[in-house]
Amino acid sequence: MTTRSESTVDIANGDVEPTRRSLWQRVSGSNTVWIALVLVALIVVFSIARPDAFLTLFTAQTLLIEAAVLLVLGVGMTFVIITSGIDLSVGSVLIFAGVMAAKTMEGLSPRSDSTGAGWGVILVGLLVALVSGGAWGLVNGLLIARAKIPPLIVTLGSFGAALGAAQLITDGSDVRTVPKALARTLGSGTSLGVVPNLVILAVLITVVGDLVLRTTRFGRYTYAIGSNEEAARRAGIAVTRHLVTVYLMVGVLAGLAGFMSLAYFRTTTISGHSTDNLNVIAAVVLGGTSLFGGMGSIIGTVIGIFIPAVLTKGFVILHVQAFWQPIAVSAVLVAAVWFDQVRRRARDQS
Amino acid sequence: MSELLLDAKDLVKHYGSVEALRGASFQAFAGEVVALIGDNGAGKSTLVKCLSGVQQPDSGELRFDGKQVVLDSPTTARRLGIETVYQDLAVAPDLDPAANLFLGRELRKPGLLGRLGVLDKAAMRRRAITEFSQLGVRLQSIDAPIGSLSGGQRQSVAVARSVVWASKLVFMDEPTAALGVVQRERVLDVIKKVRDAGMGVVLISHNMPEVLAVADRIEVLRLGRRVARFSGSDVTVEQLVGAMTGALSQEDAA
Ligand SMILES: Nc1ncnc2c1ncn2[C@@H]1O[C@H](COP(=O)(O)OP(=O)(O)O)[C@@H](O)[C@H]1O
Ligand SMILES: [Mg+2]
Repeated sequence: MTTRSESTVDIANGDVEPTRRSLWQRVSGSNTVWIALVLVALIVVFSIARPDAFLTLFTAQTLLIEAAVLLVLGVGMTFVIITSGIDLSVGSVLIFAGVMAAKTMEGLSPRSDSTGAGWGVILVGLLVALVSGGAWGLVNGLLIARAKIPPLIVTLGSFGAALGAAQLITDGSDVRTVPKALARTLGSGTSLGVVPNLVILAVLITVVGDLVLRTTRFGRYTYAIGSNEEAARRAGIAVTRHLVTVYLMVGVLAGLAGFMSLAYFRTTTISGHSTDNLNVIAAVVLGGTSLFGGMGSIIGTVIGIFIPAVLTKGFVILHVQAFWQPIAVSAVLVAAVWFDQVRRRARDQS
Repeated sequence: MSELLLDAKDLVKHYGSVEALRGASFQAFAGEVVALIGDNGAGKSTLVKCLSGVQQPDSGELRFDGKQVVLDSPTTARRLGIETVYQDLAVAPDLDPAANLFLGRELRKPGLLGRLGVLDKAAMRRRAITEFSQLGVRLQSIDAPIGSLSGGQRQSVAVARSVVWASKLVFMDEPTAALGVVQRERVLDVIKKVRDAGMGVVLISHNMPEVLAVADRIEVLRLGRRVARFSGSDVTVEQLVGAMTGALSQEDAA
């Protein structure tokens, strides 16, 4: 508005200016803090119980490596869930992308053995992984945003279809040759002496994802669409295009995760990712991202990834039966969602 | 008489078998507050949605600023200088008031960061505080999610958003429904200010004293059609109610 009348002055004098909430108010209002405390508590407990076994470089390295692939999936999943969507297909897309990349690298190598392949072939493999992951993401996105089919159904479909396609391509048996150069560097190599390269890549993706979500317009629109899709549309936001982009991004990240998994395991591990989707979704929700959309953070997801990982490691070290891990994780998960729901209900009543 | 801004003729809108608009006409002038009244279900909200690009009429003619227009999306309407306070508010409850004020019009940082899409949150917050205080919107905190505010405050933010960005015409679909006495007066003041700045305001309200207090003109909708038009200065509540219920009708209104 262009008019500025005198009557506004007394308002400014008479009223308190709206203030920003204190850091504590902002922080304690979210689940993330509480779940972070749970993680810290777990680490402290395990460290005190077995300082010799838990607080070791080796434990830290394997913990981080095992989390790296899930973390890359988790970054994408956080965006999807904030839009109030879901993606059940990430684990299958990961396998599909890994198979496509491995088959391509074999195809480009003599006698279909890519063990000795050079960096040119490896880069083509990476590209193939990203593109085949992205292709599934694009299909998901178009069906969800354009054809308006519920994300749960669409990605349940691609969950089955991507795995089936991967098995068709490989006749059901894993591709077993992977370039040594890839396995030695990305797969098992370290930088700065101790930091696994896989972890560095995952951290890089996580930091970029966090910056995009928190500081850019793309991130703001992601929250806005999840919070009130119709309001976003009426505000002129290209909702359909944004949603397609988000699912495309998840697909590309799943493709990258597939390539990372290929480098680490030196095989396609076709049967090894059937519960990746649920683990990632659980981690994202544990970290305070709301299944109802509009709310969430990457840092929360990082914490949510590490709680199950730390539990597993800790139980192994303490010789607790591994079967307790999923039970413990599920209990925390249900509690987290319950808190979220209670808080929303309280808020919406005001 | 000020210039004719919006001229809608014979709009028809079906929702399945429901005929929400049956040849509705409507006019709004610059520098004028026109009240659009009618019983529940008369089609007021549908008319507003058709005139702000959220929905497309099945048939009818629309002229804005003398030119024939098709409002195929809210963006098109906003580009013409039309802003709307929807009855269902259309705010994002998880975002704070500043983010809602700037939704779809975010300020970006200067330089390379801005081109990468990085938001200038501090600038938006500063500008939001200024705009809110100038419009008399009281908020305890500028960065709490808007869903945690009272219904009245949410409504005030929606009203503020519309008048901050409008340059020609503002639709307000029951903007005072959730407000207390003081807030209601504030919104009416804002409406008058917007009119005095030369814009057109379309006010939908069920509160007849409020309508009589601010409206320069009144158009009455009944069963999806315009049934009466009044000048705001020489009309009584009885006449308005009569027109809304069908007891009174004007031959030339439709
Ligand atoms: N999205 C919709 N789908 C189906 N019917 C609708 C929809 N929106 C409005 N209607 C119907 O259209 C008619 C006019 O509604 P509305 O424009 O909301 O009236 P008002 O705002 O005057 O109360 C009502 O009968 C209502 O039930
Ligand atoms: Mg209505």
